[in-house]
Amino acid sequence: MNVHEYQAKALLREFGIEVPPGRLVTTPLEAEQAARDIGGVVVVKAQVHAGGRGKAGGIKVVKTPEQASQTAEEMIGMRLVTKQTGAEGKVVRRLYVEAGSKIEGELYLALLVDRATQNIAILGSTAGGMDIEEVAHATPEKILTVQVDPLVGVCDFQSRALGKKLGLTGKRNDSFVSLVRNLYRLFVEKDVSLAEVNPLVISGDGVIPLDCKLNFDDNAMYRHKDVSALRDPDEEDAREAEAAKYDLNWVSLDGNIGCMVNGAGLAMATMDIIQYAGGKPANFLDLGGGADAERVAHAFRLILADKNVKGILVNIFGGIVLCDRVAEGIIAAAKTVGVKVPLVVRLDGTNAEKGRQMLASSGLDITPADGMKDAGEKIVRAVGA
Amino acid sequence: MSILVTSDTKLLIQGMGKTGQLHAGLSLEFGTKVVGGVTPGRGGTEALGLPVYDTVREAVKDTGANASVVFVPAPGAADAILEAADAGISVVCAITEGVPVRDMLRVRAALRGWKGRLIGPNCPGLLDPGKKVRIGIAPYSIFKVGSVGVVSRSGTLTYEAVHQLSRLGIGQSTCVGIGGDPIPGTSFVDTLRLFQADAATKAVVMIGEIGGSAEEEAAEYVAAEMNKPVVAFIAGVTAPSGKRMGHAGAIISGGKGTAEGKRKALEKAGIPVAASPALIGETLAQAAPNVR
Repeated sequence: MNVHEYQAKALLREFGIEVPPGRLVTTPLEAEQAARDIGGVVVVKAQVHAGGRGKAGGIKVVKTPEQASQTAEEMIGMRLVTKQTGAEGKVVRRLYVEAGSKIEGELYLALLVDRATQNIAILGSTAGGMDIEEVAHATPEKILTVQVDPLVGVCDFQSRALGKKLGLTGKRNDSFVSLVRNLYRLFVEKDVSLAEVNPLVISGDGVIPLDCKLNFDDNAMYRHKDVSALRDPDEEDAREAEAAKYDLNWVSLDGNIGCMVNGAGLAMATMDIIQYAGGKPANFLDLGGGADAERVAHAFRLILADKNVKGILVNIFGGIVLCDRVAEGIIAAAKTVGVKVPLVVRLDGTNAEKGRQMLASSGLDITPADGMKDAGEKIVRAVGA
Repeated sequence: MSILVTSDTKLLIQGMGKTGQLHAGLSLEFGTKVVGGVTPGRGGTEALGLPVYDTVREAVKDTGANASVVFVPAPGAADAILEAADAGISVVCAITEGVPVRDMLRVRAALRGWKGRLIGPNCPGLLDPGKKVRIGIAPYSIFKVGSVGVVSRSGTLTYEAVHQLSRLGIGQSTCVGIGGDPIPGTSFVDTLRLFQADAATKAVVMIGEIGGSAEEEAAEYVAAEMNKPVVAFIAGVTAPSGKRMGHAGAIISGGKGTAEGKRKALEKAGIPVAASPALIGETLAQAAPNVR
């Protein structure tokens, strides 16, 4: 789960990290007032869940409250297209008006879960303010990594050494050490999976986070009601959110073959086999372990809500999921939801024979498939791709 | 021989709720020695004719259990894993999905130096058709006794692979589902090392997916230390970048963890990669024509 910059900064403040004064606004009038209250040069920043806002025109430095108002007028409602949003972009609904900072240097700082070492890693770089993926690709030696034992936590000596390597000395390095200590505390206490401060600017006697991206572990949100409340439905794919309500794992794609599968690995493999057969999947959908008639019906509704869908492939390998239950769901859904596109169904595993018989004798126009290859070929042929 | 289990494996069910009992029943039906269950607060009762205990320690003392399967819901799963390790269980399979990463970081760090093995979480567990040991949730009817080791990050895709092998008349020594989470208890390399040392395993099928670098590490290990044929499949060729594909660990981030990158690393290590999920069995049959 992602949050907006203004929400991330509020969390930083809560954990004792100093950030420039700022205020969330939704109208030009509010922007003007915020700029006046903050005083001096302010930065107007579009709040969308995507990086690359600066280059796309989503971050503007203004000198007067009137300019702030005018900039807000231009930004609110605009469709911001950055390299992370896709071509359709994201509509700007809120702005963050923040005091300008004197920038004497830009650093990059991130905390993340290092899968390979099973530690928490701290990444630092002097290439602040740049696209870190490009830096990692072109000049990997510019990214410094510190491994933190999760049972011990980050030690000041580790961050002090990292700060020094980033060129920080004296009070500036003290400020860096304190920031890392607090950011680590936030990372652990709130189940953050990625905390990225880019840039972390050197200003006067200290370092200040100018932008901050926080990504949280969805699986841990049950123990952080405060963080869950920061969820912004406007930033999420409507169908993914709808699917989540029914415990379905969904990712929208741009093809025309709807997929309904049990298990994430098999669901990915099903998308792959459609492509190998010459078609394009419209979605990733994992029914999960408890697939029953009701869930299958919801899944059909979600798939059919996509007008691009010209056919549906159901691929079930019964383990915990019983094939006869899924067959029951398909039959019920075909009657209540009304499936008017070609439907290819492959059932294997637990109670598969029973499920196949139920489908065969249902009187519905369902094409049975024998194995994955057959399933992929049949659905691609059916949609005429 | 085979890996991780023996004919003396005695299985304990941690979380003797509805799902726990369903799979305890199926394991018994298959022939596994299921000796009891643990559900705090239900100690002293019985389920499926098996004794239920409050703590793993009591269960081990009474039944001699040496393996456990964890069905405990996510908020309590890490604690259940640590309890099993503390009580002297040597193989713990955590089926539970949705365990927070922070909990697993703590578990992994706490279990450093532990002699036992944690498999999962978010996995189907392991199954040994020859020894009739089923620790987890795999549908046992698709398995066949033989000498191919199977290791996989996915559940149902594992069944798909096993099904293809069995249909070709190729049996399995042990099948291990290591799970789809970013911080698993057992990695591909850990499992491959066990298969390499196991006289009953003649060839290995490895099923990976997008995200992380476990497949790349496995490729290095196979090139350097294995002399048994290994074939692979990687799911998620068509997965978009930056989207989590169901499994918490299945995500391409920063251009890393792509199926294409993994395929290249595996092929460079001399591991044939099935061109389609429908060809996993055939790829193994070609790479190891005499293995049954």
